[in-house]
Amino acid sequence: MQHRKSVCLGLMLAAAVAWPALAQQPVKIGMITTLSGPGGYIGQDIRDAFKLAIDMEGGKLGGVPVELMVEDDALKPGQGKQIAEKMLKTDGIKIMTGIVFSNVAGATVPDIVDSGALYVSPNAAPSNFAGKECNENYFVIAWQNDSLHESAGQYATNLGYKKAFILAPNYQAGKDALTGFKRLFKGEIAGEVYTRLDQTDFAPEMAQIRAANPDVVFQFHPGGLGIAFLRQYQQAGLLGKIPMVLAEPSLDATTLKAVGEAALGLEVTSHWNTDFDNAANKKFMEAWTKAYNRVPTFYASQSYDSALAIASALKATGGKADLPALRKALAKADFQSVRGTFKFGPNQHPVQDWYSLKVEKGADGTPVLKTTGKVLSNHGDVYAKDCKL
Amino acid sequence: MTLVLEQLLNGLQFGVMLFLLAAGLTLIFGIMGVINLAHGSLYMVGAYAAAFAAAQTGSFLLALLAGLAAAAVTGIVMELVVLRRLYARDHLDQVLATFALILIFNQSVTILFGRQPLFVAIPPALNGSVQLLPGLVYPVYRLAIIAVGLLVALGLYLLINRTRVGMLVRAGATHREMVRALGVDIRLLYTAVFGLGALLAGLAGLMAGPILAVQVGMGEQILIMTFVVVVIGGVGSIRGAFFGALIVGLVDTSLRAFAPGLLRHVMTGSEADALGAGLASMGIYLLMAIVLLVRPKGLFPAHV
Repeated sequence: MQHRKSVCLGLMLAAAVAWPALAQQPVKIGMITTLSGPGGYIGQDIRDAFKLAIDMEGGKLGGVPVELMVEDDALKPGQGKQIAEKMLKTDGIKIMTGIVFSNVAGATVPDIVDSGALYVSPNAAPSNFAGKECNENYFVIAWQNDSLHESAGQYATNLGYKKAFILAPNYQAGKDALTGFKRLFKGEIAGEVYTRLDQTDFAPEMAQIRAANPDVVFQFHPGGLGIAFLRQYQQAGLLGKIPMVLAEPSLDATTLKAVGEAALGLEVTSHWNTDFDNAANKKFMEAWTKAYNRVPTFYASQSYDSALAIASALKATGGKADLPALRKALAKADFQSVRGTFKFGPNQHPVQDWYSLKVEKGADGTPVLKTTGKVLSNHGDVYAKDCKL
Repeated sequence: MTLVLEQLLNGLQFGVMLFLLAAGLTLIFGIMGVINLAHGSLYMVGAYAAAFAAAQTGSFLLALLAGLAAAAVTGIVMELVVLRRLYARDHLDQVLATFALILIFNQSVTILFGRQPLFVAIPPALNGSVQLLPGLVYPVYRLAIIAVGLLVALGLYLLINRTRVGMLVRAGATHREMVRALGVDIRLLYTAVFGLGALLAGLAGLMAGPILAVQVGMGEQILIMTFVVVVIGGVGSIRGAFFGALIVGLVDTSLRAFAPGLLRHVMTGSEADALGAGLASMGIYLLMAIVLLVRPKGLFPAHV
């Protein structure tokens, strides 16, 4: 009996080994993202949205079976780099995605694209990779970092504000944010304050804002920082007195829930919102709500679009890891984005429309983001002209 | 002038918050000789328990009790299960074990509550602002934090200096072996002190809930500042923790508030902003370095 069992097992093993030769080997996709720490909810949305796209096709992307490998970078550039190395060398992965934060991308992306793998960014897009250092293997689905804040600057101008007080944490993305805002804001800057990345108490900044008495406040504080900032803005009695214009990372669907009514009336600029009226978005929202039953952040939408973009490339090559063919197919952006229209600029970063959103009371009384209008059309980035591809 | 006053109040409030954390940390380090990196986790436990209770019952009082109880119980269990085995060991082992605790706590909270930050409302009675002086409007909740912090400081002062338990704590901080030789149940004392430290951390956490983000890893953000306070104040000294916390709170707040403005008198706007922000970030660490140079044992050392 024992003997027969092992023969059986042997046969099964042999079959398992022989199987890949018969069926198509799934294409491995590597996802390095931030799942632990305060930024963990962002990585979670990115992972879940990507998985959703695969599940909606029954384990495939573009008709090609895929296997998603997810690793947590813990917001540590060194860790991201190590994971990338492992995925590239040990697992032989040729398509990667997932990084949330620009500092992790800065350390990790060059290794990936230089070793002949594709990197499709669902979020981080620092300015240095958009200009001279652009790379043919590097595609960005989300936006170039500056665009987020340029759209906010443009919107503040559109709303007729003349005097802005601007704040951001003292690190690269924070500096980029203020530069981006100032690029399209036509009024004067009443005050410019750099906060700390580990700061939790913003009372001194609130007092400075009150003293400067600007027309409008622009601030970039992603994740938990933004929750603390907005709640303290309300507690300081500034909400409703001095309007605020924000870029979407300072107020996504998740932070909105934690901020609560302290967010009512805030003006936000974004390239996507849950209420966008197009077929692709409706399909996404329905599937997402059914699978996860929470409001997706814009990070989720970007990751879903990234999965669709990769699907379009895999479909074109039939799953073959033929890099030039994959690149060529990706560059066409032949997929139905949840944003409506989507195309790449010369540096393989998006050229897209930006919209204004307002925080209003939803049907059940909780604050929601409502789309109110368009701010910029076919907006690219200023670095594209330095990119020679 | 009112701006300066307001910023001083802000500094005081921040300092009081730091004190609640630093008091526990300094006692634990001073008396048991344990570097407890997981002290920030107790702060997080307090905040999450209070947030959860507030969401379930809607009562601030119950949330307060839940936060305090959860933090104290977690602290006592932590002492009994993990830290008790570490007293005789090297500091490196303690750092390793308590760092592991941070990871365990963060992951457990992620599993229980998810990665999304929680919303905590300000209790209605403390919502809103009051006018302290003409032109100086200040949030009631922050005033309440200052009041609670000062009351706790007073209570700790009385406990440490006027009671028998306090005497043992002081004795334990300076002459540990002697206390044990005199037949005092030092284990019980250790557990009690740890529980008290955890309780204070939980109190800080639950009070921070409505103004900060209640999220995984919130404890680590404030832990580094707390260590700076302990080092400046002098390890093991409650008085040191109190004054250290107020100094750090005031210096940090003032630098952030005034450094760019003052620098703008001598240089152009954007350079002043950048340098001011840099100075404000370095400020307290610079202060710590100076204190360590001049008084290596801190401003109010426990072991004289």
